[in-house]
Amino acid sequence: METIIDIEWVLACYVDDVPENGGVCMKHGHEQIAIYNFSRRGEWYATQNLCPHKQQMSLSRGMIGSAGEACEPKVACPFHKKTFSLLSGECLSGDDYKIKTYPVKVTDGMVYVGVA
Amino acid sequence: MSKPTIIVVGNGMVGYKFCEKLVAKSSAFNIIVFGEEPRRAYDRVHLSEYFAGKSADDLSMSSASWYADHDIQLHLDDPIQEINRANKTIHSLKGVTLGYDYLVLATGSSAFVPDIPGIEKEGVFVYRTIEDLELIKAYAFNAKNGAVMGGGLLGLEAAKALIDLDIKQTHVIEFAPRLMPRQIDAAGSAMLQSKLSALGLNIHLNKSTARIAGDHKIEALQFNDDTLLAVDMLVISAGIRPRDELAKLAGLQVGTRGGIMVNERMQTSDDSIFSIGECALFDDMIYGLVAPGYEMAEVVVAQLIGTDKAFHSFDMSTKLKLIGVDVASFGDAFIAEPACRTIVFEDTHKGVYKRINISNDGKLLLGGILVGDADAYNMLLQTVNNKIALPPNPEDMILGLRGGEQSEGAGVMSLPDDALICSCEAVSKGTICGVVNDGATSLDTIKKCTKAGTGCGGCMPMVKDLLAGTMKANGQYIKNVVCEHFDYSRQELYDLVKINKLKNYDLVLDHFGKGDGCETCKPLVASILSSLWNDLIVKQDTIQDSNDRYLANIQKGGTYSVVPRIPGGEITPEKLITIGQVAQKYGLYTKITGGQRIDLFGAHVSDLPLIWEELIDAGFESGHAYGKALRTVKSCVGSTWCRFGLHDSVSFAIEIEERYKGLRSPHKLKGGVSGCIRECAEAQSKDFGIIATEKGWNLYICGNGGSKPQHAQLLAADIDSKTLIKYLDRFLMFYIKTADPLTRTATWLNKMEGGMSYLKNVIINDSLGIAEQLEEEMQLLVDSFHCEWKEVVNNPALRSRFTHFVNAPGEKDPTVKFEGMREQVKAVW
Ligand code: SRM
Ligand SMILES: Cc1cc2nc3c(=O)[nH]c(=O)nc-3n(C[C@H](O)[C@H](O)[C@H](O)COP(=O)(O)OP(=O)(O)OC[C@H]3O[C@@H](n4cnc5c(N)ncnc54)[C@H](O)[C@@H]3O)c2cc1C
Ligand code: SF4
Ligand code: FES
Repeated sequence: METIIDIEWVLACYVDDVPENGGVCMKHGHEQIAIYNFSRRGEWYATQNLCPHKQQMSLSRGMIGSAGEACEPKVACPFHKKTFSLLSGECLSGDDYKIKTYPVKVTDGMVYVGVA
Repeated sequence: MSKPTIIVVGNGMVGYKFCEKLVAKSSAFNIIVFGEEPRRAYDRVHLSEYFAGKSADDLSMSSASWYADHDIQLHLDDPIQEINRANKTIHSLKGVTLGYDYLVLATGSSAFVPDIPGIEKEGVFVYRTIEDLELIKAYAFNAKNGAVMGGGLLGLEAAKALIDLDIKQTHVIEFAPRLMPRQIDAAGSAMLQSKLSALGLNIHLNKSTARIAGDHKIEALQFNDDTLLAVDMLVISAGIRPRDELAKLAGLQVGTRGGIMVNERMQTSDDSIFSIGECALFDDMIYGLVAPGYEMAEVVVAQLIGTDKAFHSFDMSTKLKLIGVDVASFGDAFIAEPACRTIVFEDTHKGVYKRINISNDGKLLLGGILVGDADAYNMLLQTVNNKIALPPNPEDMILGLRGGEQSEGAGVMSLPDDALICSCEAVSKGTICGVVNDGATSLDTIKKCTKAGTGCGGCMPMVKDLLAGTMKANGQYIKNVVCEHFDYSRQELYDLVKINKLKNYDLVLDHFGKGDGCETCKPLVASILSSLWNDLIVKQDTIQDSNDRYLANIQKGGTYSVVPRIPGGEITPEKLITIGQVAQKYGLYTKITGGQRIDLFGAHVSDLPLIWEELIDAGFESGHAYGKALRTVKSCVGSTWCRFGLHDSVSFAIEIEERYKGLRSPHKLKGGVSGCIRECAEAQSKDFGIIATEKGWNLYICGNGGSKPQHAQLLAADIDSKTLIKYLDRFLMFYIKTADPLTRTATWLNKMEGGMSYLKNVIINDSLGIAEQLEEEMQLLVDSFHCEWKEVVNNPALRSRFTHFVNAPGEKDPTVKFEGMREQVKAVW
């Protein structure tokens, strides 16, 4: 059985506020959420902005890219280049970290992030 | 039916590893952990790195949410005080009473503190927990002389820590006639002692302490021979004492000299209670290392999930992560003639001692000791453990093949599949090669799939060799490629981009790469593009390293630094005042850098354009401190003021810095110009250094400071300024075109076939016939210089990228915090 979770869609910004193949940081109450415009693939992702490695508010400023044959989308923290999957939030550099991911929806040139 | 409950007493390294291994194999248990320490299990093996700046969090074995993620109940700061074996319950200090089906005692050990009069005095410490280290650090602040009691493995590590804490005189007191008596022999100890003395340690052997003197705090140690040593603090490292008090109270069998007795299944005298790690006594032995503890955890997990596994005595070979002196002992280190034959190599000049013990028939390696150079340790240990037949000249194993080199990779590949490579995580050669055969091509993947190398890390060189060896055996060509997205070296890619006139990253990826790129190839291509076309890097900001993307270096806490260019280190009073005013206005910390200019630290990302706007108005340009680009050309004051100066070194330094400013290269570039041979500009430690002579200038190239300092070498002597710039153009452009990424000029030269004489030929004699082309290419770059910050300041679209919150552009990151220090600010993070 599928569970239906209520997702609240929060307006983050306009599409062209986010650089191509790059990220920005959105403020949501006390949370900071990183939003990525993976324009090379026409995809959008969002994760927590805090890098769990040294607790730096930095992931939105990281470089995105892909890993492996399956082209898993990922972001690399600018501080020490730990990488995280944009799909699962798992750390791909062999450490035991996991970051939060959020769904993203784009309509009419506007970017919405789903917070549960 | 509810799940059986396992209670783990002790959340140390082994207790944690037990949980990790159990949840990986089974979810059939309800796991509850009690720890006495206030924090989650951390890596005690690397405890000393706490002094080198690692935080408690860095040392932690797991993330904060790990226990919850795996449904493990964790009670920290709450030691178990009583076990009721009849009711199968435990009782904790904070009053929790819980029933168990199985109990795992992983209570570890504590430091053994000898019963010496005065031992309770202030200033006497042990070295076991993060809290111990915090106390030592605080006390060391006011101490001048310190001593460590115990010259064993841990004692020497503690002594090194005291030196690092700036204790002026550090002493090591050892009761035995030699250092590390359990690991090395007298000759090895003598060599170690002379090396340690050179590091500033005072070693006292054959000393037993009678009394700790002092009023309420320690002031001196008094020895049995009636001598006295004045010290302000003492760290005791005289061995460990297994924590068996809880077991004893519960009536479990313990050894006469301590330790909870276990059988080869790690069961105590009560078969629903197991004991593992440093508290467990197996076959009359306490294993004071982490690897056997992990093996014990594995054995218990096997019992619980219904498979069978037994613990056998464990190899106690060790390599020290000491102090800047390699020490290792392996196998049977002490066996002596006539039970074996020994080969000893001793070099008192370099401080190297090596001993190997081989079987009388010359076929097998039994054990040995290495001091001063332990590079061969991994291979020797493997040779002992796997009973590998020795080569006809076993001395080669410690002396290397003299004449004709043998690659280490071949050695590792010849090991049997079941050879244990990572003893912390019990990973065999077969497992590692297996994941490489299944497609792993990086160390990260191997670590992730097998956990090899995630413990002490000592096996990483072998893992690396196995990776290379296996790939080679599979016919996979290990080429020096950029990353998984490009099958080319940097030099190949540079040529391809140039020939095809590609101007942006996506085009390069479409033409020559695959996938979507990554943090390795993006900045590399970015650097190639700017070396070729010198386009504005912020036009493709998302392929730049963070520092290049924001045209500033990112700092701890997420703020940035601002470094305006100050060519040659010369600056007018007016400009100095501007810097001061800007720093004041934006609350920045200011410091004179090692490159003769001024760094302003702590700028919020949204303040960067405002700060630069003011600096640019005052005539400053970007200093490119953030880029792999020309940094500074240092100068000495030279002939304009200095009585020894031969030429005007300041003017020449400024001319050169202006010429090459902003030049993007494989790594950063630095230069220096000195007005005479006294060399006050330290030019010979730079990528290019210029020194005035009676007749002109000497040009030196390929030097650097940094972690592996190397002096620059003379390229040409007594040349005039014009020739010098011509040579520099050729040299720099040749470097930019051919060096691997992130390779400084010195390393580039070191790897170059033919070395300096080849390079001289290319630059001075134009042996490749490309000199003119190199000069033209350089001139193009010089002519297309632009100040990146000026472009940003004047371009509203680019400016708008410099915000922290996309949906609240004015707001600064609230997590950034500063505190005061010497009338300025510093980052809190
Ligand atoms: C600010 C400064 C220290 C200071 O307060 O004096 C400094 C600060 C940094 N240095 Fe440095 N280095 C500074 C002079 C030096 C010097 C001395 C010199 O230039 O004469 C050296 C040794 C000389 C040399 O490079 O050969 C030096 C060798 C390094 C190295 C090692 C390079 C190597 O090849 O081994 C690194 C690491 C790297 O570049 O990969 C480094 C990296 C860094 C970084 C960029 C680390 C980082 O990525 O955050 C630091 C950035 C601080 C910041 O946020 O602005 N810094 N660094 C100096 C700035 C000079 C300037 O005006 O631009
Ligand atoms: C400075 C230092 C350097 C070292 N270097 C190396 C090295 O290079 N290589 C190597 O192999 N080993 C090294 N070791 C040894 C290694 O750290 C130990 O072998 C390992 O930590 C043992 O793990 P353990 O879980 O058995 O014990 P511990 O890590 O000591 O954990 C036991 C835990 O149980 C807790 N506890 C005790 N009683 C109770 C109770 N009643 N209730 C609840 N909790 C309790 C303790 O507070 C402790 O947190 C080093 C140790 C130190 C101190
Ligand atoms: S030496 Fe350089 S890189 Fe290291 S801390 Fe100092 S400034 Fe930073
Ligand atoms: S802070 Fe993100 S990798 Fe270190």
